[in-house]
Amino acid sequence: MSLLDRRAVLRQSGYLAAGLATASAFPTWAQSGTGGAGEGVTQLNIAPFHWRVGKRSLHHAVAVNGTVPAPLIRLKEGEVARIAVSNALKEQTSIHWHGVLLPFQMDGVPGVSFPGIDPGQTFNYEFPVVHPGTYWYHSHSGMQEAVGLYGPLIIDPAGPDPIQSDREHVLILADWSPMHPHEQVRRLKIAAGYFNRRKQDLAGLLAGRDQSQKERLEWAAMRMDPTDISDVTGFTYSYLINGQDTAANWTGLFAPGERVRLRVINASSMTNFNLRIPGLPITVVAADANRVLPVEVDELQIAIAETYDLIVTPSEDRAYGVIAEAIDRSGLVRATLAPRLGMAAEVPPLRQRPLLKMRDMGMDMDGMDMGHGGEIDLSKPVNSDMGSHSMDMRDPKAAPEVPLSPAVATLSPQRINRLADVPTGLEDAGHRVLTYAQLRSAVPNPDARTPSRRIDLHLTANMERYMWSIDGKTISEGAERIPFRLGERVRLNLINDTMMPHPIHLHGHFFELVTGAKGSRPVKHTVNVLPGGTVPIDLTADAEGDWAFHCHMLLHMHEGMMRVVTVRRESGAAS
Amino acid sequence: MRRLLLGAAAPFALAALPAGAQEVDHSTHQTPAKAAEAEPQDHSAHGDAAQEQEDHSAHGDAASSAAQDHSDHMMDHGGHHMAPARPADPDQEEPGNAPSPPVPADHAADAVFGAAAMRGSRADLASMGRWRGSALIVNRLEVVPDSPETGYAWDLTAWTGGDIDRLVIASEGEGHFGGMVESAEVAAKWRHALDPYANLELGLRRDFRPEPSRTYALAGIEALLPYWIHAEAQLLLSNKGDLHARLGAEHDWRLAGPLVLNLEAETDIAFQDVRELGIQAGIEKIEAGARLRYEIRPEFAPYVGVSWERAYGSAIPGSAEPGDRGRGFAAVVGIRAFF
Repeated sequence: MSLLDRRAVLRQSGYLAAGLATASAFPTWAQSGTGGAGEGVTQLNIAPFHWRVGKRSLHHAVAVNGTVPAPLIRLKEGEVARIAVSNALKEQTSIHWHGVLLPFQMDGVPGVSFPGIDPGQTFNYEFPVVHPGTYWYHSHSGMQEAVGLYGPLIIDPAGPDPIQSDREHVLILADWSPMHPHEQVRRLKIAAGYFNRRKQDLAGLLAGRDQSQKERLEWAAMRMDPTDISDVTGFTYSYLINGQDTAANWTGLFAPGERVRLRVINASSMTNFNLRIPGLPITVVAADANRVLPVEVDELQIAIAETYDLIVTPSEDRAYGVIAEAIDRSGLVRATLAPRLGMAAEVPPLRQRPLLKMRDMGMDMDGMDMGHGGEIDLSKPVNSDMGSHSMDMRDPKAAPEVPLSPAVATLSPQRINRLADVPTGLEDAGHRVLTYAQLRSAVPNPDARTPSRRIDLHLTANMERYMWSIDGKTISEGAERIPFRLGERVRLNLINDTMMPHPIHLHGHFFELVTGAKGSRPVKHTVNVLPGGTVPIDLTADAEGDWAFHCHMLLHMHEGMMRVVTVRRESGAAS
Repeated sequence: MRRLLLGAAAPFALAALPAGAQEVDHSTHQTPAKAAEAEPQDHSAHGDAAQEQEDHSAHGDAASSAAQDHSDHMMDHGGHHMAPARPADPDQEEPGNAPSPPVPADHAADAVFGAAAMRGSRADLASMGRWRGSALIVNRLEVVPDSPETGYAWDLTAWTGGDIDRLVIASEGEGHFGGMVESAEVAAKWRHALDPYANLELGLRRDFRPEPSRTYALAGIEALLPYWIHAEAQLLLSNKGDLHARLGAEHDWRLAGPLVLNLEAETDIAFQDVRELGIQAGIEKIEAGARLRYEIRPEFAPYVGVSWERAYGSAIPGSAEPGDRGRGFAAVVGIRAFF
């Protein structure tokens, strides 16, 4: 169907005028009324773009082939991908294939894997396609990812797809602001919590909302704000599914009774989303391009840069809303799954904004509740002398390897493995919510070796000064690369010493979440480390080269929560 | 200690349950119908969640059951608070203690693209986390509708620099429209982060009014204290050798959404008499204010309030009573903003 035909159809069906005005700015797969994801492209032209959402616009946006989101790239396992990327910007650009296993020089991180793509230049990416699944791609230059440079990438398996469906849709979740991310950073440096317009107030105290007076004083004494869930919020953001806000109502079609596969990608720069489809159970069948044993839930949190493949079976002849709500509940976006165009699912009201708890500070104040059989604290207190209820939020003994500079405001005193925790804000959702611990790999984990060593990595911050780092240091402060031996099996213990979740991404590798299901641990490229918690991951460093490793909150990465890891043959080993 | 023991015992207690027993508990909570025929090898094709988990827990994986048990409780709409589950990890293995390899001296991409081609982008990468910026903060810009003449006052700060070190230009003062500027000071300071919440300030302050003007060397600390109190303490040594101190504190009390009551107080202290300026050793001046602002945006907030000021010291020309001057209470209307 040509674009003109589609427009005619849209008009006939009484589709929203707002959708019409912007439809031409979307690639085929992202247009409303698409029957499915369809074919991909192999040539990407990156150029300046004037990006409008609703009545607001961002002048210094970046588009690929004239659209945001970028076109779909569709590859097949076993083939060699050849993708030419041309840069028509006035600044350098790059494309990183997020999660895709490939040689390091094709990974697309300027300064790490390649020189970047200068203005007027074309870079030819070429790599063998080895692992099927749902991925995405984005710029790794400056803040281009936040201003439009992101798109979906699907790798189909060589044989029949073990995830069977009658139809599939790609859903890219994103946040959009008319304010350039550099300005967002500046405002956060001037006024901590600038975008948080729902801090606790006296009116709330008098009305019995939020924390009690006692709790408020305790938190104020620690200079902690329990409403500080997200740095950048719906105060400036519009939330988008496939580039379209709630009013534009992206619509994917289905025939009642069909098994529909949703390839959901969170391409936000700063927003973790809670995703639900009221009236429709969601079966999670893959996470980060790795198949998992199906888990049926009603809602799941999708951290930035994660991808999930979901199966839904809408049986009724009606519209279903796909609701992606920002985790701080400052906004949401509704898209629609419908049997035909012109239908719009209900937009639910925003739920009550969550408050952080002591647990999010790395303090286990919940006490033991053995009745449910789930409250099992295997993580020892950092220092047994401290007892189990230390309130010291910056005890150097908690992390001797971290210099206590102004960049490190807090160190979690009691590290809690939070892989089985329901993510922030969904503790009382009242329905089934996915936890990482529920995920089980559908195929046996390939490397059963016990890790030969453990590396503790502290995710550190000073939220008051808006400083972010790993182990208290940024690359600009001379933080060293993290070295691995080729083929070595290592445990990385990610320790979140902040009150923000951090979606941590390692390039070029998959890793296993140490959830306790050895042999069928979930395999991922990005893991959200909940506030104050730890996530142990096991990694086989099997991809030689230099790789980026960072928090995928774009502003956090940009402010320093990033490292380079090296994977090298041990000197003397046969090459 | 007791807590730890309990914690350690729990996974074994769980694991000790026969798979079947876990399954019973499991199914009593599970609402979605289980697939009638379990075909393990075909699972991903048809994707029945319940079936999969059943199949899985039949292998006796305690962690899986714990997690599932957990989610079952989540389905109870009864509202009892669920303590989040932890991964019960009976097979949790302790990693070895192999040494870390050395950090390589080379860069992998140099071998592919050449060191020269990589130089520019590597330099960009090396600046990752280094932030530079500037801001103008209008802390107070207000009129004092006093009779017979309307007064005004300002308190401005501009800074430029990074996270740790900044150059700060600050100015405050007051006067009356149609009259003289009564006080006007401008300070240039190097502000250096000492810890997460405190900054050292070193610089010079020039007081243009009252006359005769003075220049001070300034050393101070400004910090965010517990309970969200912004405080500053400065020592000032003038070019005439007299020593002063300034202490100030400020707190924002959020009343309702964008409505914020700012409470602040500041005092100047002299460590000796300064005859030319009519200053006696002791408290020179106390100033306090309460300003109710409405944050139209965080960076633009008009306010109304009261300020109270009292100065102490010997008579200076134009002052009514020796030892007691200052305007007392006054209403103020102004703007707080940043750019």
